[in-house]
Amino acid sequence: MSNHESAILEIDGVSKTFDRTPVLRDVNLEVPRGTIVALLGASGSGKTTLLQIIAGLQDPDAGTLRIDGKDMRAVPPFERSVNMMFQSYALFPHLTVLGNVEYGLKARGVKRAERQRRLAWALELTRLAEFGDRRPDQLSGGQRQRVALARCLVMQPAILLLDEPMAALDRGLRAQVQQELISIQRKVGTTFIVVTHDQEEAMAISDYIAVMDKGRIAQFDPPRILYENPRSRFVASFLGNINLFDGSVGGSESGRLRFATDDGLEIFIAPENCADPKSICTVGFRPERLLVSRIPIDCPNHWPGVIEQVSYSGTFSRATIRTPAGRLLDATLMNVGGAAGSELLAGDAVHVGLPPDGVVVMTQ
Amino acid sequence: MTTRRLSAVDRSTIAIPLIWLLALLAVPLMAVALLSVRVVADAIPPIEPLVSSAGGHWAVHASMRAYHLLGADVLYRSAFLSALVNAACTMIGCVVIGFPIALAIAQAPVARRNLYVFLAVLPFWTSFLLRAYAWIGLIRDSGPINSLLLSLGLIHDPIPMLFSPAAVWLVMVYSYLPFFVLPMYAVLESLPAELLAAAADLGARPAYAFRTVTLPLALPGLISGAVLVFIPAVGEYVIPELVGNSSTIMIGGILWEEFFQNRDWPLAAAIAIATFLLLMIPSYVLRRWLGPLGTVKQ
Repeated sequence: MSNHESAILEIDGVSKTFDRTPVLRDVNLEVPRGTIVALLGASGSGKTTLLQIIAGLQDPDAGTLRIDGKDMRAVPPFERSVNMMFQSYALFPHLTVLGNVEYGLKARGVKRAERQRRLAWALELTRLAEFGDRRPDQLSGGQRQRVALARCLVMQPAILLLDEPMAALDRGLRAQVQQELISIQRKVGTTFIVVTHDQEEAMAISDYIAVMDKGRIAQFDPPRILYENPRSRFVASFLGNINLFDGSVGGSESGRLRFATDDGLEIFIAPENCADPKSICTVGFRPERLLVSRIPIDCPNHWPGVIEQVSYSGTFSRATIRTPAGRLLDATLMNVGGAAGSELLAGDAVHVGLPPDGVVVMTQ
Repeated sequence: MTTRRLSAVDRSTIAIPLIWLLALLAVPLMAVALLSVRVVADAIPPIEPLVSSAGGHWAVHASMRAYHLLGADVLYRSAFLSALVNAACTMIGCVVIGFPIALAIAQAPVARRNLYVFLAVLPFWTSFLLRAYAWIGLIRDSGPINSLLLSLGLIHDPIPMLFSPAAVWLVMVYSYLPFFVLPMYAVLESLPAELLAAAADLGARPAYAFRTVTLPLALPGLISGAVLVFIPAVGEYVIPELVGNSSTIMIGGILWEEFFQNRDWPLAAAIAIATFLLLMIPSYVLRRWLGPLGTVKQ
């Protein structure tokens, strides 16, 4: 995001300390206009504090915050073009859907005709037009979320903050509601910043994810880059499962870099996977990149192994494979046409292979 | 709705409050109702036996005299009216003073709320009569308030405060305040703080958020608390007796007088029944409208 023009939110060197505990340390972030960005992290990573600083509910100790190019330092929360969707949705129980969605417009003194127009637009957008007279307790969880969304979007904010938007919903409902959230965002084009601790949710809904760790942004990238090219061990293991190896680079062979792991494996890495061989400290690979077979595999990285454990889960099976040196590898095997995973049993001797382009290289 | 048979445990659980209500509410109420139609006699007790037999003739002695008297004598009607007006004023006073107190406690930091509730209830650890006498001491002509005003030269003669409708009102509001503050606080405290945060986020200033969120959500609790003050206040007879004057004769005092001084038990009983009905009907309507204890009926 070198293009400053397209950033709706620019966070520059923001730090925050509570009771001498640093919660945010030198956070820098540029959020591209019109995207869905997730702030992903465990509890205590600082994601909620960052959200509150954007909303203006907290002031940073240091650093600046610009929304649409405008410095927010002296701008109080109610004058910021930012609205927040609360984790509990915080719908007004005594007001109807209409009353809830209209609340902010009335509070701001928007004229009646304009109010009607925006109300109709927001209800249409969130498919709530026919529920206008219902009260929140007469709605399903998904509908309640849409009321909360409509109540914010009707204010036409530059940025909508969503605090754990799926936390109040049943698990089974989430996938569908996520798709709905994305489709509403695509229609309005408002920038959504979502705080979540759920990496699957972050991957499913976001254009970009800021992975937060101990008050810092560990990596800010689209989900696919984060998964395929994590910059650090933390990011690699926070998003999905990965086999990680410490070791050192030991020269190269037929154009491929050779990495000797501390537990006695040799891993060849495709040259396009590592820009700067000297900075490598850890390599890894995702379980689904491992090839497993009863017959030897023709692949630069191949080792014998024994199946330690297999668990069948329909679409795929998870296997744990022990190498002769005693290292355990996680493998995910797609169960396509009776192949691979479904035929293997614990104790089977197998051959495993790893394509050199499946190796992830980490510098931190 | 599914119906199921009650287990033995269920039956006994229901039986306890049922017996309690039967023994301490329904039976006495019936006894009072029955007493109100008895015939007065110059005897001990001062009523004719309900059924008597003289010379093989069985006679039932019952009369609606007490109710006719209640309807006919303007004294009773004006006493009812002044009791209702006084109770209404007490209720309004409790709401006006009690609501801000309850709101302040509910908005205080969590750690301090229990202390404030404790302080609000603390005076009630001393006897009610002692506190009423304390008020007499405070507001009488030679009391500290008049003494202070006199010594400051603000007044030349003591302001007569004691033995007035205002004194009755003052002491009643003081006495009934906790009955309003406590339920009101419970309702305000249970309102999610996030609702006000959401209102602020949508651009509502505090006064607007109070009017559009806090007040409508607290209204059922406010009405409940007000009723809780109003109902016992209607029957109050001690406070008007202690700090009131002849213009503050209320139905509670009349009842007491009829029973103990005039020894007209049926009339006293009829007053009790009439008061009961007078209060029962509006509170039943309110209960239908509100849920239990001030929760909003959804």
